[in-house]
Amino acid sequence: MKDIGIISYGANIPRTRIKIENIASVWGKDGKTISKGLGINEKSVPSVDQDTATISVEAARAALNRCNINPKDIGAVYIGSESHPYAVKPTGTIVGEAIGATPDLMVADYEFACKAGTAAIQTCTALVKGDFIKYGLAIGADTAQAAPGDALEFSASAGGAAFIIGKENVIASINHTYSYTTDTPDFWRRAERKYPSHGGRFTGAPAYFKHVTSCAKNLMEKIGTKPKDYDYAIFHQPNGKFPVKAAKILGFTMEQIKQGLMVPFIGNTYSGASLVGLASVLDVAKPGNRVFLTSYGSGAGSDAFDITITDKIKDLARKKAPTVKQMIEDKEYIDYGKYAKITDILFWE
Amino acid sequence: MRDVAVIGIGLTKFGELWDKSFRQLITEAGSKAILDSGIEGKNIDAMYIGSMSSGRFIGQEHVGALVADASGFSHRHIPSTRVEGACASGSLAVREGFLSIASGMNDVVVVGGIEKMNDVAGATATETLAMAADQEWEAFFGATFPGLYAMIAMRHMYEHGTTKKQLAQVAVKNHKNGSLNPYAQYRQEITVEHVMNASPVAYPLGLFDCSPVTDGAASIVLCAADKAKKYTDKPVKIIGSGQASDTLALHARRDICTLDSTVYAAKMAYKKANITPKQIDVAEVHDCFTIAEICAIEDLGFVKKGEGGKAIENKITTLDGSLPVNTSGGLKSKGHPVGATGVAQIVEITKQLRGEADKRQVKNARIGLAHNVGGSGATCVVHILEAV
Repeated sequence: MKDIGIISYGANIPRTRIKIENIASVWGKDGKTISKGLGINEKSVPSVDQDTATISVEAARAALNRCNINPKDIGAVYIGSESHPYAVKPTGTIVGEAIGATPDLMVADYEFACKAGTAAIQTCTALVKGDFIKYGLAIGADTAQAAPGDALEFSASAGGAAFIIGKENVIASINHTYSYTTDTPDFWRRAERKYPSHGGRFTGAPAYFKHVTSCAKNLMEKIGTKPKDYDYAIFHQPNGKFPVKAAKILGFTMEQIKQGLMVPFIGNTYSGASLVGLASVLDVAKPGNRVFLTSYGSGAGSDAFDITITDKIKDLARKKAPTVKQMIEDKEYIDYGKYAKITDILFWE
Repeated sequence: MRDVAVIGIGLTKFGELWDKSFRQLITEAGSKAILDSGIEGKNIDAMYIGSMSSGRFIGQEHVGALVADASGFSHRHIPSTRVEGACASGSLAVREGFLSIASGMNDVVVVGGIEKMNDVAGATATETLAMAADQEWEAFFGATFPGLYAMIAMRHMYEHGTTKKQLAQVAVKNHKNGSLNPYAQYRQEITVEHVMNASPVAYPLGLFDCSPVTDGAASIVLCAADKAKKYTDKPVKIIGSGQASDTLALHARRDICTLDSTVYAAKMAYKKANITPKQIDVAEVHDCFTIAEICAIEDLGFVKKGEGGKAIENKITTLDGSLPVNTSGGLKSKGHPVGATGVAQIVEITKQLRGEADKRQVKNARIGLAHNVGGSGATCVVHILEAV
């Protein structure tokens, strides 16, 4: 079988940031304790003119800048998000048009809480494998919503990453993928509701940890690998504690997960979270490196991937787009007042 | 009045039991107790179920009949009664079962206690528990139990010189005991530093001064003492039972550092048992907060008023102390599924008096006491048990 996998990638993180301590002070809470408890120092905030569509376009353009393909050869765009700007009208058409991939294009928007982006990668991989398309563009991006004063307000942030999937010049082979899914209502947002609801501590052991660890374990068992076989591991990162604990349960070290752990610096980018982590790993990965990725989407499910970096990564023009690290460092702080204005908290009718 | 014995005990693991329902928990505890007792379904004359707020926690009231039904006894039409007295619901159910046998009405009674608290979010659990306070005078104005017990602690510190470190030592001791209890929710040992440096909840109480939100169930089988040998060779007699009430609101008390309901319930139980506090070998007391255990050992007469903190410091109540308290880990470490707690205390004392408490066994334990409080002390139930 020919190699199928990632041929290019790009990420986008809005440069606006708010410190967790700043949010905490508004609600009369101890910011230092919350920051330490969550393992998050600050989070990215979408500016007034940024949404899932613009973040997706930026990330897709970054991916295209790094490789040498004709956008017309992209045969599918799947975008996973829980903050698609429209309830009805796809984000994928906006992105497809913006990058010049229309009209010979399959498009659908995906939603599976924080794992719709990895589901998009699976779909694109299958379509490429079945020779339905030459290239597929899979994106995970979000401008996550959190009700004012809710625990989620300390983590919900904005960002995303795009991956072009194909068979030629593959920089990261997707060797295997596996999903673990159950009906577990840990986190949800009903139609017409502005902010999501969650089950408090129920989002931990029976939701995140059960799915992430079962999915990762099952895939490794299936393909006969062990945590020590991987150079990098990336887990969905709703906060700084969960992915570290999941890694520890599975037997991965801090050294393996550090490069893909972005949440302390940008917060939880939801559908973008594990994928921005993957982009960060691809920023530094070398030929032969093996990467393990496990996403998590509430509701609930996990997608795991076993990935090998190929020699072709040396030919990719990685410098033609900013690295995740550069985007993390390029920032501008705002206070809660401005945050409230641009995240629509002040909106009323 | 006839003598009454505990002839069977059953307990579920305590914790965040996401994958077990209310029905599963109570039937697990109940069937364990029935198997342990040697009785059969046809021997059961009545059932009493302690549950504080199943309506708010799982949206289900009418749990007396539910438990009989779920246990497979619907065709027997057993009288089954749900009893409520906030966090003392479990021991109230025990006392109702005890009284029904003592009166001669019943011979064999199954008592259950249960709470499934984690199906609601933390804030809803706190709000639900606060319904055990005075809604009009306390809860309505935002008071929750950590706040009320923090006021007791502040006053105790002011009046009697009790220290935050002494409070912490209660939690440390109970976690140490809990580490030896396979049914406990939190089995890790902790240090005084852990407790002192934990996130503040309501000063002087921090996170580790508070008992957790827990799912769990407990059950016992009670039997007329003269018929107990028919079913078991290890009955444990209930030699004293006391119950008392007090003002619902904390501020209306004579002295907020004393739970008068404990004083009166204990007096009633000691009198019935014809013993003094000095004769107690092991006790399970209601440590919903660390300060509550300090008040309890004073109000039960184990030490003088104001000397509870020192007693903790001097390790009188540790497993190898002169009066071990909360050998199960207490509410702090074992967990506090409110309706189950009072029944679970009887389970622990029975284990101790049978000599079945394994690594936390108190040597030569003959007489044990269980102390269960509702609210900030508006209800208290005390039972005294003796090995036969």
